[in-house]
Amino acid sequence: MTYKKLKRIDLIFHEDCECHKVLEKTFSKSNDEIINDLLESGLKGRGGAGFPTGLKWKFTAEQPSDERFVICNADEGEPGTFKDREILFKVPDKVFSGMAVCAKVIGAKKGYIYLRGEYRFLLPELRKALDKFHNDIKDLIDFEILIQMGSGAYICGEESALFESMEGKRGEPRNKPPYPTVAGFRNKPTVINNVETLVYAFMICMHGPMKFKELGTSDSRGSKVFSVSGDTPIPGIYELELGMALDQFVEEFGDGDTKAVQVGGAAGFCVPRKKLKETIIGFEGVPTGGSMKVFNSSRSMYNVLHNYLEFFEEESCGQCTPCRVGCQQLIKGIEAVKKGEKKAVYLEQLLKLSETMKLASKCGLGQSVANSFSSIVGNFREEMIY
Amino acid sequence: MANINIKIDGVEVEIEEGKTILDAARAINVHIPTLCYHEDLCVAGNCRVCMVEVKGARALVASCAMPASDGMEIQTNSLKVRSARKNVIELLLSEHNADCTNCYKNKKCELQDLASEYKTSGEAVYLDLVPLKNYTIDDFSPSIIKDDSKCIRCQRCVRTCEELQHVSALGVAYKGDKMKISTFFENPMYDVVCTNCGQCINRCPTGSLIERNYVDEVWDAIYDENKHVVVQTAPATRVALGEDLGMEPGKVVTGKMVSALKRLGFDSVLDTDFSADLTIMEEGTELLTRLKKALVDKDPTVKLPMATSCSPGWIKFIEHTFPEYLDNLSTCKSPQQMFGALAKTYYAQKKKINPANIVSVSIMPCVAKKFEADRPEMRDSGYKDVDYVLTTRELARMIKQGGLDFGALPEERYDSIMGESTGAAVIFGATGGVMEAALRTAYEIVTGREVPFENLNITPVRGMDGVKEVSVKIEGTVPEWSFLEGVELKTVTAHGLTNAKYVMERVKSGEGAYHFIEVMGCPGGCIGGGGQPIPTNMEIRKKRTEAIYMEDSGKPLRKSHENPEVIAIYKEFLGEPLSHKSHELLHTHYKARQRY
Repeated sequence: MTYKKLKRIDLIFHEDCECHKVLEKTFSKSNDEIINDLLESGLKGRGGAGFPTGLKWKFTAEQPSDERFVICNADEGEPGTFKDREILFKVPDKVFSGMAVCAKVIGAKKGYIYLRGEYRFLLPELRKALDKFHNDIKDLIDFEILIQMGSGAYICGEESALFESMEGKRGEPRNKPPYPTVAGFRNKPTVINNVETLVYAFMICMHGPMKFKELGTSDSRGSKVFSVSGDTPIPGIYELELGMALDQFVEEFGDGDTKAVQVGGAAGFCVPRKKLKETIIGFEGVPTGGSMKVFNSSRSMYNVLHNYLEFFEEESCGQCTPCRVGCQQLIKGIEAVKKGEKKAVYLEQLLKLSETMKLASKCGLGQSVANSFSSIVGNFREEMIY
Repeated sequence: MANINIKIDGVEVEIEEGKTILDAARAINVHIPTLCYHEDLCVAGNCRVCMVEVKGARALVASCAMPASDGMEIQTNSLKVRSARKNVIELLLSEHNADCTNCYKNKKCELQDLASEYKTSGEAVYLDLVPLKNYTIDDFSPSIIKDDSKCIRCQRCVRTCEELQHVSALGVAYKGDKMKISTFFENPMYDVVCTNCGQCINRCPTGSLIERNYVDEVWDAIYDENKHVVVQTAPATRVALGEDLGMEPGKVVTGKMVSALKRLGFDSVLDTDFSADLTIMEEGTELLTRLKKALVDKDPTVKLPMATSCSPGWIKFIEHTFPEYLDNLSTCKSPQQMFGALAKTYYAQKKKINPANIVSVSIMPCVAKKFEADRPEMRDSGYKDVDYVLTTRELARMIKQGGLDFGALPEERYDSIMGESTGAAVIFGATGGVMEAALRTAYEIVTGREVPFENLNITPVRGMDGVKEVSVKIEGTVPEWSFLEGVELKTVTAHGLTNAKYVMERVKSGEGAYHFIEVMGCPGGCIGGGGQPIPTNMEIRKKRTEAIYMEDSGKPLRKSHENPEVIAIYKEFLGEPLSHKSHELLHTHYKARQRY
């Protein structure tokens, strides 16, 4: 595997961006050219799942319909992620501009920002910025962005649950297919992108695909914004090139006593110290939506896992069996093993259960519980029992 | 649509594009178990029991929700599938109060069936979560009991209530481990917009939603020597009861049912069909009277269109949702309640029995009838007009408890009086039946001639279309009704409350200008009622409907006004339709209820 050296990047938060000029330049291009630039850049979705952004826009644009939507997923709920908040706070214009480019490409008249319930405090400033933005672009495109507040449910960050929530229904994931590019919000073709993805799409319009493509690895192009937290002397938001090895990250951000890093939040993987060197941060290794949580040796991994499971037990929408009941069984199960009410071999049954959840759950939430469960139980088995 | 080819367990299947993997598997008799799936409802894909493995797919897919695509290769029984499915069933069981032997749905439970197929170890794989939950039982309703501890959250009931009935009394509340099926503000079912139609019961795979059963109370009445127990049987019961006793759907079992009831010890086995004929006399006359008031007297207070009032689910729906149209309802009580009021008056007098000693039982395809019998409006005989309402399912249970070999029973006739009926009454059990019966009689009253349809079969009002608009032109009237000459009588027939709501909204907006509306609260009418044998689906409902029309066409009398017992009761007791006595016993008014 090829590792990149840890490198700080300054694209997203860089201040000398005249959005209107970039938009003018971009709007002079054809839709195909814009899509090709995106495809060429290799940009993949920054929410964690990593679907090529150019393809998503292309599919939506090609889907016959009288109406299409672009939605910015700002329901940043993954434990340990707070980078979208920073982006929306510092460079909202770039987010709006990314949406406007998408709107041009797919032919959307309306865009929505689905804002995490806990980020309501951003609303006044966002509204102000949005009014100005609408005014600035009115000569360029007939496009309006509306803000829809979430109400604090983690599951509503799942794209189809987000649509349900926006439609005024209970936030429960839908069956797929159909995918959002075919039938999304109000069953119309919809591009739904993470905040950061939209900004990178706009950055690619600004700088051209090559500047982005030069960064990262063949599977993980470009840079990414990381939210660093936990046992680190320098917690915060960092834009880093993709493809670094995790040990370099720990060297930079750890406190010298790092025991494990949780990459990708509760839905991500726990990488123990002994595997830091061989773990690459990117789609070919361990992908992340941005959350990097560092644990030092004072932390009980049982408590860490218990905390994550408590989170999932509560935040599952409760719709499908593997996720709803599986989460309850996992947490009650490790409690029973810890207390000695169940033998240690019961952990094997629980690992099988997490595998079933991965295979059988309806959406990404239930499917990814196994990530943290199996990586923590697998690497810190002793801590689960004694 | 084009056809596509897929492979299921190595077998090539050709299937229409757009069909699901489950459809394809069923087409070649490959059994994939399901729980949340129901033919009548939209696909949920939430139980995850029907998962299969699709070659090339990372995760398993729910076969009920996944459209088959050309070239797909599917395994329905691979190691991955089996182990995941077993795990899912174990998970469901760990959240489920598996007190099977005490459960009303014992041996009629889809979860139990799956457990019996998949459980081999003899012990629970996972921890019992039931003691950790604060499960509650809502047994305040006279019709429906909801036991959360048996619920597997498949949401069939929620979809039924929303899609088929547009009532949405049931919904999903909370999330994660606390997710449950509940009502507005978690009020008891008794206190929300629930119409008691019982369609949720028909589709609940477990014992979470059941009818309040009165089997023991009825046995007690039968064993009480001081009580004279009369029983009436609704039209739709005779074409469905057999299903719960080992027979195929669509079998007419009228004679055997009568015979069974006599053997169980009921003192007199009578027929709701008698009071259905009576309803036609009252309701038909009421319709003609309203038309006269509107057309001749130009009375602005007369309410048209007039709507039928036989279906208690529909009545409660109107009370909650369209209370401004309460006066458009026919004032007639339902046939069950007409029968009840007469059982303790007319019947008691004729048989010289103290009405205080009469216990009046009805066998109904309906759960809402239990609520209806409990209404304060339904005590005009001076007593509770109908004491106990049993569903078709409860009767089947009594027949089993009574040790009767139903299939071998002889066919017997209803007792007299109030046991005689016509074909017009039988068809009350199917959507369009009341309309057809009313037209057969009203047209003849007005013109002196039979309705102009071959063999009296008014086929345009029959069938499973949700809303059927039919106009009948009245020509050649007798002098008394000459003001109706040339009038086009506009009717509409709807079944299932979603369709009823559609009709009422058309009435409200003025798009639907009707004279007469027939609504049955349940899909297909009473044959698809909430008290009928489980399972239900379109095919079964169609078979029951065919049986109803077969019973009608085989009857010597097919018009309500020809029923000799109906003629007799007017002569001896009631006088004439809409007489003072009729109003006292057979008519009523309903009150508005809250929307929430």
